Amino acid sequence: MMSHALRAMNGAHPKIRIRGLRKSFGAKKVLDGVDLDVPAGSSMVVIGGSGSGKSVLIKCILGLIEADAGTIEIDGADVLRMDRRARDAVNARIGMLFQNSALFDSLPVWENVAFGLLAQRRTSRAEARARAGEVLAQVGLDASVGDLSPSELSGGMQKRVGLARAIAAQPEIMFFDEPTTGLDPIMGAVIDGLIVDCVKRLGSTAIAITHDMASARRIGDAAAMLYEGRIVWSGPAGALMESGNPVVDQFTHGRREGPIQMQLRR
Amino acid sequence: MSAALDGVAAVGRGAIGACRTIGALALFGGAGLSHLLRPPFYGRMFLRAFVEFAYFSLPVVALTAIFSGMVIALQSFTGFARFNAESAIAGVVVLSVVRELGPVLAGLMVAGRVGAAMAAELGTMRVTDQIDALDTLSTNPMKYLVAPRLLAGVIALPLLVLVADTLGVLGGFIVSTVKLGFNPATYLINTVNFMTMTDVLSGLAKAAVFGFLIALMGCYHGYNSRGGAEGVGAATTSAVVVASILILAFDYVLTELFFAR
Ligand SMILES: Nc1ncnc2c1ncn2[C@@H]1O[C@H](COP(=O)(O)OP(=O)(O)OP(=O)(O)O)[C@@H](O)[C@H]1O
Ligand SMILES: [Mg+2]
Repeated sequence: MMSHALRAMNGAHPKIRIRGLRKSFGAKKVLDGVDLDVPAGSSMVVIGGSGSGKSVLIKCILGLIEADAGTIEIDGADVLRMDRRARDAVNARIGMLFQNSALFDSLPVWENVAFGLLAQRRTSRAEARARAGEVLAQVGLDASVGDLSPSELSGGMQKRVGLARAIAAQPEIMFFDEPTTGLDPIMGAVIDGLIVDCVKRLGSTAIAITHDMASARRIGDAAAMLYEGRIVWSGPAGALMESGNPVVDQFTHGRREGPIQMQLRR
Repeated sequence: MSAALDGVAAVGRGAIGACRTIGALALFGGAGLSHLLRPPFYGRMFLRAFVEFAYFSLPVVALTAIFSGMVIALQSFTGFARFNAESAIAGVVVLSVVRELGPVLAGLMVAGRVGAAMAAELGTMRVTDQIDALDTLSTNPMKYLVAPRLLAGVIALPLLVLVADTLGVLGGFIVSTVKLGFNPATYLINTVNFMTMTDVLSGLAKAAVFGFLIALMGCYHGYNSRGGAEGVGAATTSAVVVASILILAFDYVLTELFFAR
């Protein structure tokens, strides 16, 4: 536990501070003591192999998966030990873009985008609809897309709608789970640009998961690598390609030889 | 020796598993119902579930009821003709339809139609992270998805059973008058004389319980489904099979409760 004096010396307290986070599914340890700090107003990129637990990490922060041990502090309060009501209040300040967009396919696009606004019951349907149009425009979609059903959209458009839904309530904290996977390089760059725009404009704190090194350098201020359940390296996103850490080097350069042994059978 | 113990262990495991499932179901149903008492309420979601439950099930339930009423009239005529008790047919038809066949057949048909659809919809939402997404958008999925469906089940099935009762009696009436040559007026008078309010109400009470069971099974299995499309398929099957068995089991228990002296 860091003392208050020490905290004051370090200046700003991190917006998100994770210590000793553990999560196993059965006998399988997915997270095995994750420590991570994300300063307020910065973007953290988390990289790591497929199945290394990146999505599980974010779902633990949101409380969608129950962590086994550890602490997750947001603004200094441990969310793992909050009651449901306090937790809901924290979650209301977080926006999340899911790996597969997770749009509600029973609702038209505009209701997807405005869902959080309508759920908080502070806006009328007409206002929410207008706001959905604005947010759709921010992610480069025409307002007429709002009347379509999510199943009528391409994968890239779904990602953009998912992004619009995540930012519509102007959250303080945003999580992006592989925002550009499966998109063409140009669309990937466009989405990265949108993410950077949103984060900077709202002054939000962000965690983004990605496999794409170009994308990592575009989105992130800082980067961290998750390997065998722990953060094995963290540093500025610009240093990803020459980190000096053999695990990170092998991953970022996509080498077959190195400390990471691909387990073809699990 | 050890083989015998293995057998005992398997029975024990099964029993523990069954208790765990029953406990989980009770908690799930209780949580769903408790959300009906606390705002926010999702009227839109209730209406959607109600229309799905009641309106779209009408044709299936109506056809089932008519044919059942017709067949009972025919069957009991072959039975009763020997005893010269044709007047009893109106009574047999109305009692069996209103007390038993209406609620049970409507329940089974709706379990196959609506229970399966609910499990598939919620299961798909689960495996595509839509349920998690609700949580991140200030919406409690139990309140938004489960509670309205439970309520819709409890209200919609009794209404469907009222329709089934009417059409079942009509089916018996058609066969008796057109095919068996009974006097229509006498048949109707016999029907009214045989039927009591308790018969109708007990059938409707059964229907409310069955509607709850159908929605509960559809929601529980869908909500807790795992493992992609295959998991959703398994959830759908379980929802229908378990709901159907429970309907028949509860039918016995409720009949015992209402009519055994
Ligand atoms: N609900 C769950 N039940 C059981 N195991 C799970 C569950 N969720 C995730 N896992 C396991 O945890 C491990 C990490 O999964 P996770 O989805 O976090 O990987 P990831 O790092 O996001 O990979 P990718 O880059 O492919 O998305 C996987 O081996 C997965 O099988
Ligand atoms: Mg993932």
